[in-house]
Amino acid sequence: MTTLLVAEHDNASLSDQTAKALTAAADLGGDVHILVAGKDARPAAEAAAKLSGVAKVLLANGDVLLNGLAEPTAALILGLADGYDAIVAPATTAGKNVLPRVAALLDVMQVSDITRVVAPDTFERPIYAGNAIQTVKALDAKKVITVRTASFQAAGEGGSAAIEEIAVPEDPGLSGFVGNRLSESERPELTSAKIIVSGGRGVGSDENFEKVITPLADKLGAAVGASRAAVDAGFAPNDWQVGQTGKVVAPELYIACGISGAIQHLAGMKDSKVIVAINKDEDAPIFQVADYGLVADLFDVIPELEAELDKVKG
Amino acid sequence: MKVLVPVKRVIDYNVKVRVKPDGSGVDLANVKMSMNPFDEISVEEAIRLREAGKAEEIVLVSIGPKQAQETIRTGLAMGADRGILVETDAPVEPLAVAKILKAIVEAEEPGLVILGKQAIDDDSNQTGQMLAALLGWAQGTFASKLEFKDDGTADVTREIDGGLQTINLKMPLVLTTDLRLNEPRYASLPNIMKAKKKPIDMKTVDDYGVDIAPRLEVVSTVEPPAREAGVRVESVAELVDKLKNEAGVL
Ligand SMILES: Cc1cc2nc3c(=O)[nH]c(=O)nc-3n(C[C@H](O)[C@H](O)[C@H](O)COP(=O)(O)OP(=O)(O)OC[C@H]3O[C@@H](n4cnc5c(N)ncnc54)[C@H](O)[C@@H]3O)c2cc1C
Repeated sequence: MTTLLVAEHDNASLSDQTAKALTAAADLGGDVHILVAGKDARPAAEAAAKLSGVAKVLLANGDVLLNGLAEPTAALILGLADGYDAIVAPATTAGKNVLPRVAALLDVMQVSDITRVVAPDTFERPIYAGNAIQTVKALDAKKVITVRTASFQAAGEGGSAAIEEIAVPEDPGLSGFVGNRLSESERPELTSAKIIVSGGRGVGSDENFEKVITPLADKLGAAVGASRAAVDAGFAPNDWQVGQTGKVVAPELYIACGISGAIQHLAGMKDSKVIVAINKDEDAPIFQVADYGLVADLFDVIPELEAELDKVKG
Repeated sequence: MKVLVPVKRVIDYNVKVRVKPDGSGVDLANVKMSMNPFDEISVEEAIRLREAGKAEEIVLVSIGPKQAQETIRTGLAMGADRGILVETDAPVEPLAVAKILKAIVEAEEPGLVILGKQAIDDDSNQTGQMLAALLGWAQGTFASKLEFKDDGTADVTREIDGGLQTINLKMPLVLTTDLRLNEPRYASLPNIMKAKKKPIDMKTVDDYGVDIAPRLEVVSTVEPPAREAGVRVESVAELVDKLKNEAGVL
């Protein structure tokens, strides 16, 4: 069998979500080809070719693919679908946007957000915000799958796959790009960070986020996350949201500050290796999943924590 | 313009879900059911469009058991005009839902379909994209803003992993809602009374000739591995010591 993996990238570089989804794609057995769809995306294609276990990289370069719009990208993938037994993408907002469009036109029921490949046609996936794990067998001949990347190790490097340029389909003419407002930051990305410092409604304001949460994150070389309540209140940008409907993360260390621990939040972080909770309410549900719980006012203890870290890292 | 809003009856988001001991699924008996929260946002958006003079009629559709009438009534009480219930007790997967919705769109001819970006039961995040594909329409997924343009197109701002993206789409289109699009209203008592008189058209899957046989066979449903309860630390110094020497993560 042969699997087509749709790469996550920004043309200039490849996201490590691709390397993680590659591990899932390889678990299906069979050859894996990576599709890099974009504009001037050769650097991303070259990075994909270096991943270990990749048989071939398909590079589609064209103006209509520059911004990853669903309609032209789906048309491109559909044009390639005949040659593949499975089409896989990381369950990023890009993957979630495009792949169901492809699945519907192939008359295939997509398997979303898989966390394990049990057999080439059988997968585990979380349902109900991760409160249940379902094993499903996909009966359609062709598989269309998105991968919860937090559940898979990134594939290593060491490959040297050939890069083949492929034709770009005509623009279906339904959609156009207006603009992006992307968060720019020197910090690691949430989905690949080893440490995440996350703030909730308890942080109180966007100024406090900057005064208290981000300095701690920077001290630890960590990414910054947030609860939905913090994002809704405007303390933090939407792309920091961790949870059922935000990002799913599994860092080595997750520090939840002023977050109560609603199931929708836990859905996004309970697979972290070590969880620390700082909350002034000793009954907050976050303590039920925390390895280390500190019942305290975050404004008192976070500065203290920074000072203590200076000592041990000294 | 007519707006079509599909709404799904799901376990209320506040309910702690229990897996049946025999692994056959999730226990739905005597559990509070509500409208999928993202669908409330969809209904609210449609009502705001009508209030702004940009939509005339709001039609709700639910596919599910008889009790899904209550879900439709909830939306009618918020302000939608009428409902369609495609009644079935069988599970209907997103692809089959999209096919039924396509048939309804062809009959109703709305200019806009607004769906939630995901249902909080199966968390699939597929139906809107699939419907757009089957109709050959543009899609604006994970929307936090919708703005109609004078040239008959619409700008949609989307919540994406890196931040926000704005795209321009041809109408008619499929929109899927994210949390920040709006804050749904509560239905007032008079509106709840009024909603009881609004019509709900009862349909069956056969009326649309769609095969809803599952394409995913559920092998088992189990509880996730539980996290072991941790410890309380008394001080920051103890926390840092444990993180460094016990957990080894610093
Ligand atoms: C459809 C849907 C999807 C959702 N998706 C998500 C999601 O993806 N992610 C998500 O996070 N939520 C999500 N939610 C929301 C979720 O249900 C909760 O409302 C939200 O997680 C609460 O955020 P919070 O813990 O920051 O706020 P709260 O629940 O208000 O908790 C604030 C906490 O801060 C503590 N606190 C206050 N002041 C201090 C202080 N000075 N020091 C220490 N502690 C303090 C309080 O004791 C409290 O425990 C979703 C909800 C719905 C309905």
